[in-house]
Amino acid sequence: MIDFPSTIKISFRALKVNLMRTLLTMLGIIIGVGAVIAMLAIGTGAKKKIGDQIASMGSNLLIVLPGSTTSGGLRSGMGSQPTLSLSDSNAILKEAGAVEYAAPVLNGNAQIIYGNQNWSTVVVGTSPSMLNVRDWDLAVGRSFTDEDVRNATKVCILGQTVVDNLFGDIDPIGQSIRIKNIPFIVLGVLSVKGQSPQGQDQDDTIYIPVTTAQKKVFGVSFRGMIRVIMLKAKGTDYLSIAEKQVNELLRQRHHIQQGRDDDFTVRNLTQIMETAQQATVVMTLLLGAIASVSLLVGGIGIMNIMLVSVTERTREIGIRLAVGAKASDIRTQFMIEALILSLIGGVIGIIFGVGGAELISTLAKWETIVTPMSIISAFCFSALVGIFFGFYPAYKASLLNPIDALRYE
Amino acid sequence: MPILETIEISKTYYMGEMELKALDSVSFIINKGDFVSIMGASGSGKSTMMNILGCLDLPTGGKYLLDGEDVSKLNRDQLAEIRNSKLGFVFQGFNLLSRTTAIENVELPMLYNGLHAKERRVKAMEALKMVGLAGREHHMPNQLSGGQQQRVAIGRALVNNAPIILADEPTGNLDTKTSDEIMSLFVKLNTEENITIILVTHEPDIAQYSKRLMRFSDGHLISDTLSGQQ
Repeated sequence: MIDFPSTIKISFRALKVNLMRTLLTMLGIIIGVGAVIAMLAIGTGAKKKIGDQIASMGSNLLIVLPGSTTSGGLRSGMGSQPTLSLSDSNAILKEAGAVEYAAPVLNGNAQIIYGNQNWSTVVVGTSPSMLNVRDWDLAVGRSFTDEDVRNATKVCILGQTVVDNLFGDIDPIGQSIRIKNIPFIVLGVLSVKGQSPQGQDQDDTIYIPVTTAQKKVFGVSFRGMIRVIMLKAKGTDYLSIAEKQVNELLRQRHHIQQGRDDDFTVRNLTQIMETAQQATVVMTLLLGAIASVSLLVGGIGIMNIMLVSVTERTREIGIRLAVGAKASDIRTQFMIEALILSLIGGVIGIIFGVGGAELISTLAKWETIVTPMSIISAFCFSALVGIFFGFYPAYKASLLNPIDALRYE
Repeated sequence: MPILETIEISKTYYMGEMELKALDSVSFIINKGDFVSIMGASGSGKSTMMNILGCLDLPTGGKYLLDGEDVSKLNRDQLAEIRNSKLGFVFQGFNLLSRTTAIENVELPMLYNGLHAKERRVKAMEALKMVGLAGREHHMPNQLSGGQQQRVAIGRALVNNAPIILADEPTGNLDTKTSDEIMSLFVKLNTEENITIILVTHEPDIAQYSKRLMRFSDGHLISDTLSGQQ
């Protein structure tokens, strides 16, 4: 049985003899492990970012868009023709059992004025359920009510971006702003949501009662017209049921006969976002795989140097064999050297990888996340590289014939 | 009492069509406490004989009994164990590990028989004292003279209490005065510690120190006589 502490000491000494060579060999592993960790951190960061955005959208979301219509053989694009109405929204809430909340949306751009400040933003006419659909809380103040919707009151709640641009440090609650020159009272401010998955600033918005939007701000081309209906299903399992129920209900309400195309589209937003998240997982794996190639190259570097080392130290191997070292003792010694190279390289690589990920997040403003799992797997992987690429040189060393080895110049 | 015995040992090398008999049916007995010199021209088979006696090589024919055990059929690892426990080697070129202190060189054989570090240190110190190098434990080989390096090598051969020391031209790289000192050390180890010593040399002066002289020529043992000063 070989004495491990002594063998490790011997290995360190052998590695110290050619310090420069040892460091350069390690560099291969350092870069490999560092790259794997940094790439995985970027990928995980991207995944989390999209995950957060999905969460900020609200969960179990369905969206009903007006469909394309055909008039005189000319087909207009999706959403070009408003076909949805407020009563559709109310009917869905009442009759589609799998739908928990429904919020109508009639939106448009408008210039907002407060005092001597002005700002252009998206004004969304909707109902109070919108906050439930989007899982959105108020930071301060209160929301408008169903009563406000019935009476088409001129009240609004503001996104944080609008508040920042119009009010600065002033408390906006109770203030009067002008939307398209119509005065509105600010009831509340929405909490900060950040970017949407499409990259839009979700906080750059104003919510007003949908009826107010219809009657006073934007006007409608038919009674009760809205652009979009946002729905929240009762749970993930209800998404497809809700989709089916809404489809049937709206076909019926819009008097669409069998075999004719829908004049609306129901989209499962959550599903779309999850697809996007799947894509980042694939991206993470791809980045990791590319980085792994450099780890592989580092491993080949170790094998190369170990082979050189075995040749250089043939005489030493001969002496060891002559005084009674077994083949396995020689093999163990060189395996330990390769392992030391790869493990120290691995540890330094982990430090560089974590540092690199940190640097990327500060320089590129891209969130990176180093998971303990990626550190552990990078460490194990570098050990594996050491074992795999150290084996052949060690095996070659152990096969040396003591007489030839002793005679080697 | 025989410590090693060869029975019609042969070693044949094949080089393509050519057949080269390095050793041809060599038989002899060496007793415990013998001090044998092996002489012969180069190519006489003496080095091949040493390699076989040292369990570094196996004969292609015949039997080699070491301490009563037939070692000619052992595998690599079993041979390594025999080398470790029963044999000590001293080479012409010293064959010390460079960048390794004297005492660590002496400790080397004990690295492979499971001794604890402390025990190794103690035994290595004893061995160094025995070869007259006390106080030089932490010198590197390149800080030692040729004679001192050879003493370290002898210490390494002694450290596992091997009953046999095989020395292959141990004074080949040394001047006359140092050669005499090294040979005196061998004589001392032979007489005081009863260690069996077999050495290969081509210098008659060196062979003078031994009790017995074997001459090899063309793979045959041509003479085996008692000789030397004793």
